[in-house]
Order: sequence, then C-alpha cells, then structure tokens
Amino acid sequence: MSTLQQVLRQDGTLVSGASPVSDARMKELFVHMVRVRVLDERMLKLQRAGRVGFVGTAKGLEAALIGSASVLRPTDWLWSGLREGGAAVMRGLPLGEYIAQMYCNSNDTAKGRQMCNHFQHKGSNYPSWSSVIGTQIPHGVGAAYAAKQRGKDEVHAIYFGDGATSSNGFHSGMNFAGVWKAPCYFVCIDNGWAISVCSKNQTAAESYADKAEAYGIPGKDVDGNDVLACHQAAKEAHELARKGQPSLIVLKTYRMLGHSSSDDPSKYRSDDEVAAWAAKDPLERFEKLLTARKLLAAGEREKLELAITAEIDAEIHVQEAAPKMALKTLVEDVYADVPLHLRKQYNAFITIAERLGHATPGDGAFPL
Amino acid sequence: MATLTLLQAVNDALKTAMRDDPSVVVFGEDVGPKGGVFLATEGLTKEFGANRCFDTPLSEDGIIGTGIGMALNGLKPVCEIQFQDFIFPAFDQIVSEAAKFRYRSGGQYTCPMVIRTPYGGGIRGGLYHSQSGEAYFCHTPGLKVVIPSTPHDAKGLLLASIDDPDPVLFLEPKALYRQVKGEVPEGKYKVDLSTLRTVREGRNVTVFCYGAMVPVCERAAVQAAEKGIETLIVDLRTLLPLDEEGVIEAAKQTGRVVVVHEAPRFCGFGGEISAIIAENAIEYMEAPIARVTGFDTPFPNTLEHHYMPDERRVLDAIEHVHNY
Repeated sequence: MSTLQQVLRQDGTLVSGASPVSDARMKELFVHMVRVRVLDERMLKLQRAGRVGFVGTAKGLEAALIGSASVLRPTDWLWSGLREGGAAVMRGLPLGEYIAQMYCNSNDTAKGRQMCNHFQHKGSNYPSWSSVIGTQIPHGVGAAYAAKQRGKDEVHAIYFGDGATSSNGFHSGMNFAGVWKAPCYFVCIDNGWAISVCSKNQTAAESYADKAEAYGIPGKDVDGNDVLACHQAAKEAHELARKGQPSLIVLKTYRMLGHSSSDDPSKYRSDDEVAAWAAKDPLERFEKLLTARKLLAAGEREKLELAITAEIDAEIHVQEAAPKMALKTLVEDVYADVPLHLRKQYNAFITIAERLGHATPGDGAFPL
Repeated sequence: MATLTLLQAVNDALKTAMRDDPSVVVFGEDVGPKGGVFLATEGLTKEFGANRCFDTPLSEDGIIGTGIGMALNGLKPVCEIQFQDFIFPAFDQIVSEAAKFRYRSGGQYTCPMVIRTPYGGGIRGGLYHSQSGEAYFCHTPGLKVVIPSTPHDAKGLLLASIDDPDPVLFLEPKALYRQVKGEVPEGKYKVDLSTLRTVREGRNVTVFCYGAMVPVCERAAVQAAEKGIETLIVDLRTLLPLDEEGVIEAAKQTGRVVVVHEAPRFCGFGGEISAIIAENAIEYMEAPIARVTGFDTPFPNTLEHHYMPDERRVLDAIEHVHNY
C-alpha cells in the first residue's frame, strides 16, 4: 500500500508549510465545498418532505469531489457515478438544472427519464450516466482514445466508488487505458462502503490503489478529506494523462450518511466508526486553515450557508412550478426519429389519455 | 459492378466507409493485421493505419464500452465481436448503455455506432460459435438490429448502419460469408433500414425469413413450385425497427404464412411476426401460422444439420399451410 498523500493535516496545518494553491483559489474551493454540503442537506430535506424521490448523499465527500475536480479545464470531461453532482455544479451545471433533475420535471434536460440524482450537463462535458455500476469507466477511456485520435487536448477524469472496483468496467477500462495510453485518469472515491458492503468484503487487496499495478499504470492513495491533497493528486494525474499516461488515484474518505435517502446505515456500521470520521470532517479541517490564514472571518461560513440556501430555495420555487411533462416524451428520443411502431403505440395510448383528461395541448397523436 | 461474396461485400463496405469518413474506426479482437478470423477486416490496418483499424484486449465488454465512449466523443466506431456467441459480456454495455443513452439524456448524448458480429450455425462450431441471439436484442428499445442475406444488401445495409444516428447491431450470417456471391455496386450506396425485401413473388404462401435462412427458403420455394405452390418470400433484413406494414401486407397477399429462423422458437422473432399478423390481419388468414425454427435447446454440434431448418422442413411447412 502506498503512503497516504496528505497536504493538510487534521489540525488544519500544512504538512510542508506551503499550500499548492493560491489563497484566492483556496477560498473559492471552500465556497464550492460549502455549496456541496448545503445542497446535499437541502435536497435531503426535500426528500423527507416528499418533494423529491431519492438523494445520493455526498456529506463527507466534499473535499474529494471539489479538490479533485477543481483541476479540470472546461474542455476536459468528468465521467460520473452517483455522488459527483456537486463537482458538476462547480464545473458549470446550473443549479436550476440540478434541481429540475431532482424533481424529474419538464425543465429537466433529461426530460424526467432518469430517477433523481442522475445529473448531466453537456455544456461542461458531464455526460449522462446510468445506475449500473462501473459502466462509465470504459466510456471515459473510449472518449479519451477519441480525443487522442482526433488530436484534441482533452483529459477525461473517470469517477467511481469503491464498489465499482469489482465491476467489469473497472477491469476493462483500466486495462484498455493502459494499453492505449489514453489521456485519462481514474478517481476512485473510496468512502469505505458500497451500500452495506465494507472494503474488506470488497477486495483482499490492501488498497484499491494496488490494483493499478496490474494494469501497468501508477496508483496512489490520497487523504480524501484533505481538499488540497485531492487537488494536488488530481493535478499530477491530469498532467500524466496529458502525456498519455493514465493513472489511478484513490481518495480515501467516508460517506457520513446512508448510501441514499432510502438507506439506514445503522444496520451495518457502528456509531463509533461514524463518530471517528465525523471528527475528520473535511470542511472543518479546511476552515481551520483558512481561519488561521485570515481568509475566512468569524461567522463568514454561516453567512455563506444562508446565501447558498437562499439561492437554492429560489430555484426550488421555480422548479415546483414547472409545467407538466409532455406526454410525447414517452416515445421520443428512443431513436433519432420516432419510428412507426412507436407512433402507433403512442396514438393508441393518447386516445385513452384524452378520454381520461390526462392529455394537454401538444400531446396529440402523431401522423402515421 | 463486381461479383463479390458476402464477406467481400462487408470488407468493401468497411473500406468505402473509412475512405468516405475519417471518423470511422474499426476495432475488435484480431481485426488488425490479421484482418479478423473470417478476414472481414482484411487490409484495413494497411490502408488506414493502426489508429483507425486496431486490435483490442480480449474483452467484449471493453470493446463495446470504449466504443460507446468514442461515439460520444466524435468518432464513428464499427466494433467487431468475433462471434455473436461471445457478445454476452457486452450485453450490459449494449442494452443498458448504448441503447439508452439518447433516451435517458433527453437526446443530449447519442451513440451512433455499429456492432458487427457473425451469427448462426452451419460451420460445425458447436454451442459457442453457432448461436442466433437476435431476439435478445430485438427486445431492446433504442437498438437497431440488421441482418443481410446477400452481398448487395450486406454492403448497402452496412453503409446505412454506419451512417445511422443510432446504435446498430449488424448480424452477419457466417454460413453465407463465402456461400453466396452477387453483384455489388462500387463506391457508396445505401439500402434503407427498416425496409423488407421481396425475394420471390408468389400467390399461395408467404414465407418470412432473414439471414442464412433466405437461401434455404428459396430452395424450398423451388421445390414447392414443382408441386404447384407459388411462394412469396420476404427477407426481413431489419428486425428492429421492423417494416411492420410490409409484413402485414405480405401476409394478406396469400393468407397463409410460414416464419423461418434458426434461433430457438420460444420467444423467438417468429413469435413477434405471428403476433403482428394475428393482431392486424387475422381475418385474412386461411391457415394457422407455421413456424420453422431451431429447437428450444442449446445449439448442437454433430446434429446441427438437423437442428437448423432445411429446405425439407420449410417445404413441409409450406405444404402444410397451403393444404390446410
């Protein structure tokens, strides 16, 4: 097992005395981390209130998400799993689109096809992803190959959780990337638990990072609650990728809440374990440094949280009032054009929907 | 116009597409310098270079998964799965990912890609070099499933598939690779997807078939004609989306229908054809629909010639529905 890469100690002091990023950038990263935390909490409240169906929580992962994704350029791509939505917001996914997706309403760019918490944003190269574990890994590798083949200066950052290291996609993706020298890197957010399965039941390897060696690429363990270490490790991986050297970084962190809003983690892990990780909270650690460097005034975080909450609440009001979903979306986007058999199926359906008063103008039959 | 085998027509289509469009890439197992185990990709690496036609590690899941990524980022991948029997590790990538990207992203992300793979029996390949798995894929909205039966169609349908904005599973009847020859136009031309082909006109019985079963049905029709039965043969060519109107029309023309495929019968494509006819043209039917198919068993080796529908079994079905 490699040594854990760390820049910022638990007590908020810097290991080398210097930060790899400027004061101004550190402050920005902190704001992004707070936004992830507040957004997560607000979405969970919405779920508890029955307004949205499902939340894949990110509490505890703020440093891993924001630190690592902060190195990406707008032209780079982020391939996602369940919990990277906050990183996508930092890279340009508008808050309104994020919340529309949580509502799965007619403002959702995915037209309400996916369940909650499955974001996408074409404008910042954040592709749609599926709930199937690990399938995005070879996608990112193939897209990186395409970038290389077309002579485009792009890096593809491929994110997944610890459970995904057991998937087909992890194996084939890492293997193909190594052989092809694809301009990509792999970010394993090792939060200790794949729903209820802990790491010792996931692998006999000492660390997920050790798996990289078998594919002939570098792998390293990083303190995932240290935003500066995550930033630094991702920056190194990004530079390697641009030279055609893929690598794996494992950001070791902890999912503070359940797998999702539907999960009760007290059934499979101890309160002591959770308490131990609560003491390593990534936001508090970073806040200590910023406060010591006088980048953050007393009470500033609270003000920031209030401002972000207000911003989110304004978007929630907008999304609550979204128009009804067009019924034609049932059969659109299966193919580029709606084929005859789907037009016929829809037309048979719409006559019933119209009779029952479910249809609105624009929902009418297709020409056959 | 050159006279080519079906295999040569596939190779010609790939070369034509790669000359026409620099974003077309061809990859899979052994498709590079060797040119594929059947030689469908022969000469491509030499003409287009190793970054446009190349070998991959031995992982079907990886081939299709990376192909999807390429399609999402501006290339037009034409992936080869060496035998359709080996496609199942990639089933997840095809069914959960390629077929659903457009829909689940609200049309923002699409997967224009082609998956070529030889399917079907007749080469003494046993269980794992002989299967016809089209029905698994025809049950997947978002995919297109195409099966040629002539050199002309192989090239025209493959070129249309490569130009298509959606993922296409292109199943090549390996038994016909070198068995059938035909005239193939030079350069680029396309055969429209989702249009069936009338192979032979006839007023007594309609036979629906595709792929390697087409010449079998043609031979049966010749024998039927000797007995005074005129058979209309329809080559479906694209199974998904199907030319449903064409199927209904062809069934109505005779009122007596036989459906032939080498895949197992239960939940096979013949069931869908039968249901479409039953739903739309049952009042035209003069006889129960007959299916001639493989057995509902794994694919055998030694007895494969009995497993696969042959002209005697097809003729028997034609006579049965004709005399009903």
